Amino acid sequence: MARLTAENVELATEIIGHFPRPKSALIPLLHLAQEQDGHLTDDAMVHIADLVDVTPAEVLGTASFYEMFKMEPVGRYMVNICTNISCQLRGGEELLEHAENTLGIRPGQTTADGLFTIEDVECIAACTEAPCLQVNYRYFHKITNNEFDELISELRSGARSDIPAHGTLAQVRQHIPADRQAGSVVPENTEVPVWLSVSEDGNA
Amino acid sequence: MPESEAPPIDGVSVEINGHEVIARKGELLIDAAERAGTYIPRFCYHERMKPVGMCRMCLVEVDTGRGPALQPSCMIECTPGMKVDTESEITKKAQDGVLEFLLVNHPLDCPVCDKGGECPLQDQTMAFGPGESRFVEEKRHKEKPIPISDLVLLDRERCILCDRCTRFAKEVAGDPLIHFINRGNDTEINTFPDEPFSSYFSGNTVQICPVGALTASSYRFKARPWDLDTTESTCQMCSVGCRISIDSSRDEVQRFAGVDIDPVNWGWLCDKGRFSSEAVNADGRLSEPLLREGDSLIPARWSDAIRRVSDALAKASSPQAIGIIGGARLTNEDNYAWAKLAKGVLGTDNVDAQLGDGLPAEVVLGLPAATIDEVCAPGGTVLLLAPDVKEELPVLFLRLRHAAVSDRVTLIEISPRTTGITSLAKASVQPRPGEVGELVRALVARSNTDRDIAGIAAEEINAIRALLSAANGPLKVVLGRASVAESADAVVDAAAAVIEARPDTRFLPVLRRANVRGALDMGMAPGVLPGRVALEDAREWYESRWAKVPASRGLDTEGILRAAADGRIDVLVLLGADPLSDFPDQDLAARALTGARTVVSIDTILNASSRRADVVLAAAGFAEKAGTTTNVEGRVNTVSQRVTPPGTARADWMLATEIASRLGVEFGFSSPQDILDEIGSITPAYLGLSIEALAASPDGIVLPLDLPVDELVDEIIEEIIKDVAAEIETETGEPVDEFIDVLAMTDDDGFVAGSTPRLVSFVADAPLPVPPLDSYAFRLIATRKLYDQGTIVQSATSLAPLAPGTSLLVNPWDLDRLGVAESGRVTVRSSRSSLTLSVTSDPGVPRGAAALVVSQADVRVGELIDVGDPVTEIRIETA
Repeated sequence: MARLTAENVELATEIIGHFPRPKSALIPLLHLAQEQDGHLTDDAMVHIADLVDVTPAEVLGTASFYEMFKMEPVGRYMVNICTNISCQLRGGEELLEHAENTLGIRPGQTTADGLFTIEDVECIAACTEAPCLQVNYRYFHKITNNEFDELISELRSGARSDIPAHGTLAQVRQHIPADRQAGSVVPENTEVPVWLSVSEDGNA
Repeated sequence: MPESEAPPIDGVSVEINGHEVIARKGELLIDAAERAGTYIPRFCYHERMKPVGMCRMCLVEVDTGRGPALQPSCMIECTPGMKVDTESEITKKAQDGVLEFLLVNHPLDCPVCDKGGECPLQDQTMAFGPGESRFVEEKRHKEKPIPISDLVLLDRERCILCDRCTRFAKEVAGDPLIHFINRGNDTEINTFPDEPFSSYFSGNTVQICPVGALTASSYRFKARPWDLDTTESTCQMCSVGCRISIDSSRDEVQRFAGVDIDPVNWGWLCDKGRFSSEAVNADGRLSEPLLREGDSLIPARWSDAIRRVSDALAKASSPQAIGIIGGARLTNEDNYAWAKLAKGVLGTDNVDAQLGDGLPAEVVLGLPAATIDEVCAPGGTVLLLAPDVKEELPVLFLRLRHAAVSDRVTLIEISPRTTGITSLAKASVQPRPGEVGELVRALVARSNTDRDIAGIAAEEINAIRALLSAANGPLKVVLGRASVAESADAVVDAAAAVIEARPDTRFLPVLRRANVRGALDMGMAPGVLPGRVALEDAREWYESRWAKVPASRGLDTEGILRAAADGRIDVLVLLGADPLSDFPDQDLAARALTGARTVVSIDTILNASSRRADVVLAAAGFAEKAGTTTNVEGRVNTVSQRVTPPGTARADWMLATEIASRLGVEFGFSSPQDILDEIGSITPAYLGLSIEALAASPDGIVLPLDLPVDELVDEIIEEIIKDVAAEIETETGEPVDEFIDVLAMTDDDGFVAGSTPRLVSFVADAPLPVPPLDSYAFRLIATRKLYDQGTIVQSATSLAPLAPGTSLLVNPWDLDRLGVAESGRVTVRSSRSSLTLSVTSDPGVPRGAAALVVSQADVRVGELIDVGDPVTEIRIETA
């Protein structure tokens, strides 16, 4: 599987430049890798380890803590249905059951065409809009069974261009101008803190 | 380390279980309590690593004025007036609860667990835990055991997630290749897929694991702790001298474990040392002497074999026609006996414990010495003019790593290629082979240089010069032979430059092989006599103690081999030495073995050289004989016997004593202790050393003792006078006070025969001139790896496959210039020979140089090297 593409390495280098220590860029780079491949491949983790100067074991140790980093391939659309208390009271579990029947898969599984993965998730902080779900971390509120079916067919037909492929968390990518970047300077090795020296003379 | 000693003056008074305890400032409660005799149970806390408070087992009730509360004693420092109760009902309930919790998923498969019987979890459950389990649910199940490296197996069910192994890997070894994975309900320790925990220090995790989660593949199901007999000893796989315990069962060594001594290994071992335990009982151990008959070596009787050796020695045309190589495998006592046989009976000075791959004895013995602790002292500056310590002296690497990471020690490395230290060093440069002396001269010069030297840019040299000038206190130098493809002259020249510019500099000369330092101390080198004294300085001293002393300085290994190749050596004795494999110049070694009339090999296992010997004497090996050993620092410690040697194999000192006896000189040695007594009473640097002194110093004794030698000699004289007087008294029945007075008035220095000779001091020779740079040629760098084709590594079944092999390492810039593809095949040609092998790009090799690893399978680097040349130049062509 894939290491980061040349384009993404360039982006990764820019991201690393945002932090005093390269290691701090680990999680943003994991997002980048997941955007690229849909999940974290071993090769990408090895590549990231190399870029931020840690071992692959440390990358895996960090990545595997986070539910939202996927170690296995998942569908193009991750459908996360909330079954926590508010949603449960408002039909979240029924919605999940409907989704299971509609897509023919159980939570954690992916449809044979590779389009959908469903997950039952804990509270996603939209209790006033119960029952709710997310598709690739984009919210859908007060969903009925019919609306769910409609959403699925729209996604199937490619009509929902507002929902990017799985793994793309960011809506807007942050760019920090080079002269505002801290640069990878380890704080212990600098006399003046980087943020001060940046604001004083415009570069670090 | 909790130790019982006088309470510190600026201590902190705390109350533990109603008794006042004076803790050190900043001391952790768990340590203070242990020092005061109250053991607080723990799993994650380890005194050589930072506390993390993971396991909660060390919870105790602590009252700092706000009422008692449970606190983890490994995470809090003692504060004045702190009241601690480690035995209260609440503490007990907490300990009981923590244990119950830890045991929830623990499989309790103690009967089939290697740790059972020495398991902290087992022991502490017995002492502090609930008697019964309330857990009736299904426990976690995982595949087990899974190999996380070639040497270590992981059982994730038994793991209690204490973070000891992962902290060790990251904090101590600097190899964070194991990590908590899937943190949360399913947390486990694991490696990255297909990236094993291939650390040189992985075995330590097995030792510090408080449960049976990490086990050593070599010890799996081998023995139960209660069947083991244990003896403390000193590891002999390199010259660091780590303290170990040897465990045996049924007269077979089962394993080694690290023992914590403060000045050396802190309880750690490298995997080579730890798993060399397998080599003790290896197949192929020699159990009887062998004599050559035609093309084969035939088992013989000891009396015949010894007679053959003593006859050959007696018939040698002159003392100069005898050469003895080796001694690093031997104990100090063995070495002393052999030195006494060679120099004091045979009268030959052609003796050398090193195989042309180290430093001259005068350099090792004569430079002002630093101990490991002095080198690693906080805030200091260390210049490394040494081989890759991670590959050659791994535990010294751990100490240096700790010094750099935690104790603000500035490491400055000058090495032929990048090493395990490079990433820890404040500065690291790789000069062209052969030119390190000139570079170091510029580094310690009074003013900056404006030209590039040895391929290093002037700015870089000046930056390092500034670092060296800014050093706090005396500079410390770790000195060794980094590459065997260049002569030792360059590095000796560098040492001379440093000591000339900065006379207060202290040196830690690092030689690789086990007791090589002890062998040199015992006179197993040309031009020296036992006790770190020069032949000429100590001639008079030894003439009155030994039957004779060599007439003049003899040859080193290179000289002996040259003489043998020319047919001038009648008897060549190899004391555990294998010049055919280990001497840098293999062509010369081969010619020498052919040229020597009689070759005697004394060894534990047949090697390339002993297969060509005329007589092979079976020697007792490590763990099979007692004695003392001296490490790189000049620290003497004991090695112990734990098992009986195979068959009739004998200790080397016995062989020397017996051969001397056949030649008509009785040493009177009947045990290693007899020899130690003689060493302690006549060899200058070792004066005062005794078995009692060693028994009283578990950390070993750095020699020479601080005791002024003259005073010591006075003491010895007084003893002798008293003995003589007592004898006269018993014979005559009359007091002899006057006699004593008369004797005491005589010049007592003269009485014991000459004043103690002064110890060797370092005098630099001018180095051989290095040939001018040839832009078509590459200078060869020949370094060593931890795992190689050496006898012991290859006899230990777990270690043997770890030898990595070698390819030609070339800087990518040169690779490009040569037009050779990465991992393509090339032919390497020197003035001696040529080799065809694959090439690898390595930015750690300087431009214009090419690196190989010696003693690896299939690539006989030694065939390229001519030891007569200051550097080895090679041409590289596409094959």
